[in-house]
Amino acid sequence: MKVLVALKRVVDYNVRVRPKADGSGVETAGVKMSVNPFDENAIEEALRLKEAGKATEIVAVSLGNAGAQEGLRHALAMGVDRVIHGEAGDDLDSLAVAKLLKAVVAAEQPQLVLLGKQAIDDDAGQTAQMLAALLDWPQAVAVSKLTVEGNAATVVREIDGGTETLNIDLPAVISADLRLNDPRFVKLPNLMMAKKKPIGAIDLSAVAAAPSLKTLKVAEPPPRKAGVKVNSVAELVDKLKNEAGVL
Amino acid sequence: MSAVLLIAEFDTSGLKNATRQSVRAAQSWNLPVDVLVLGPANAAVLEQAQKLAGVRRVLHANAAHLAHPSAEDAAKLLQSLAADYSVVMAPHTSQGKNILPRFAALQDVGMVSEALEINAPNSYVRPIYAGNLLATVDNKPGLQVLTVRASRWKAVETDGNAEVAQIAAPAADSRVRWISVDHAGGERPELSSARVVVSGGRSLGSAEKFEATLGPLATQLGAALGATRAAVDAGYAPNDIQVGQTGTIVAPELYIAMGVSGAIQHLAGIKDSRVIVAVNIDPDAMIFQVADYGLVADLFDVAPELTAALQK
Ligand SMILES: Cc1cc2nc3c(=O)[nH]c(=O)nc-3n(C[C@H](O)[C@H](O)[C@H](O)COP(=O)(O)OP(=O)(O)OC[C@H]3O[C@@H](n4cnc5c(N)ncnc54)[C@H](O)[C@@H]3O)c2cc1C
Ligand SMILES: Nc1ncnc2c1ncn2[C@@H]1O[C@H](COP(=O)(O)O)[C@@H](O)[C@H]1O
Repeated sequence: MKVLVALKRVVDYNVRVRPKADGSGVETAGVKMSVNPFDENAIEEALRLKEAGKATEIVAVSLGNAGAQEGLRHALAMGVDRVIHGEAGDDLDSLAVAKLLKAVVAAEQPQLVLLGKQAIDDDAGQTAQMLAALLDWPQAVAVSKLTVEGNAATVVREIDGGTETLNIDLPAVISADLRLNDPRFVKLPNLMMAKKKPIGAIDLSAVAAAPSLKTLKVAEPPPRKAGVKVNSVAELVDKLKNEAGVL
Repeated sequence: MSAVLLIAEFDTSGLKNATRQSVRAAQSWNLPVDVLVLGPANAAVLEQAQKLAGVRRVLHANAAHLAHPSAEDAAKLLQSLAADYSVVMAPHTSQGKNILPRFAALQDVGMVSEALEINAPNSYVRPIYAGNLLATVDNKPGLQVLTVRASRWKAVETDGNAEVAQIAAPAADSRVRWISVDHAGGERPELSSARVVVSGGRSLGSAEKFEATLGPLATQLGAALGATRAAVDAGYAPNDIQVGQTGTIVAPELYIAMGVSGAIQHLAGIKDSRVIVAVNIDPDAMIFQVADYGLVADLFDVAPELTAALQK
């Protein structure tokens, strides 16, 4: 079984993001970037499928500007077999990404596509579902446990207030939740080795994938106003009842 | 005629408040609003849906295979209805997140996730970077597909009188087999939509102390329990109750943080709460910077005292 993993390079989750001065977008100049955390879970799961003898080849793909290649190097250092960079604009929305990934699927013919459940920059959480729709494949979203047996997969997925277990036919599109696994740390020698490996390219310029969504403005949310300290439980209860009206 | 279609959320105890709130959001377009009930629903759910003020019609797709609707089946059903609607929406719940992107792609339209504000017909404000920033986004004109953070809108009244229409559903997609669902929370309300959340951190010390200290308080308040990632990682709380950037984002009326330091990743998940209460022994804890009411004290003293005070 061949597994395709889609990964996005995003602003590192420890960075405190700010809007650009003119509010037209997010300030990313000089900001630390990393592989989207959920995509690392997707890569890790693919590696484990291979280690368990279920997957034969793992290909990672990332769409975007040249920076995407850094994310792909990280995937190589983690242990994927091959990586593909699809040059694309920075204004892609999830539908556009799904359309481009569909073309990559057509070229690579994987039996399983693994993505992150959401990119922590746009927080859309749509691409896996959209790709599954465009391919007319089954989907499993926010998966925290994956077992592949023959031509089907049993998945446990995180839902509000609990989990749901599904059994779906392959080929399928699956998106990873944080609970799926703990991604391995990349060791320095592996990173050095990954620097020497080739990064494949796919020409997607013929795919019609104009974004539907346009970001007009980015701003900080209004800050919460400073509160007060209370001195006792009795005072707290009184305030909650008579001032805030929440009890 | 053009209208708005809203997917209802309900369970065996009835229609969820998120549905009532989302109806208000659905009225942003000044178009008729229809509510879609997926799968066999008990009579109470249909009755409650009929009474949603401002709703024109309740569509009931009463097919057995929609009892736990797969995205595949639900998206296909929506496709069969799409011609009559200019907006298809749902609350931003695991169901909405699963179904609507699939439907949007089938219709070849973009989708807006978790709208906080709607400027009809096609402009929205939504959170990005875990709510640390807000983006104003325009979707292309034409069919609008979106999920909304329901708690941003006031629930509609319940004095409506919509008609119920039974509708047919396409056959089940045999490639997807539903096996089971496991609701960890037991009797407590669901974290993402609870009116009150009582949340604890690493300082609780063990799973037993977590439940013994915060459980009675949560029960007394009819609250959901939440936890920090540190508490979850330490095994003090189950991982599905983690609150924050990489857990559940909550926006309850009242959020009570007990022994929570207030790391940025935790705050990202709670800052839309209406009232935040923090109890922490450290007067300089970050959490006090966002708390409406702060109490510098030992949570092991406060929790039982507060529980007792509320019983009166
Ligand atoms: C990528 C990433 C994502 C993350 N996502 C999340 C997330 O979604 N949610 C999340 O919560 N965290 C998240 N974190 C972790 C976050 O950075 C913090 O480590 C975590 O929130 C701290 O949890 P805590 O407040 O329980 O523990 P601590 O920071 O250890 O704080 C314990 C607090 O308890 C107080 N205390 C101790 N004893 C008592 C007592 N007896 N009575 C009263 N107060 C007491 C202390 O003064 C202290 O303030 C994430 C981190 C990363 C790197
Ligand atoms: N530019 C991209 N290149 C490759 N994969 C992507 C890209 N954007 C999104 N994805 C994948 O889609 C997932 C969900 O993204 P989103 O729908 O934007 O939240 C991510 O976790 C990635 O796995």
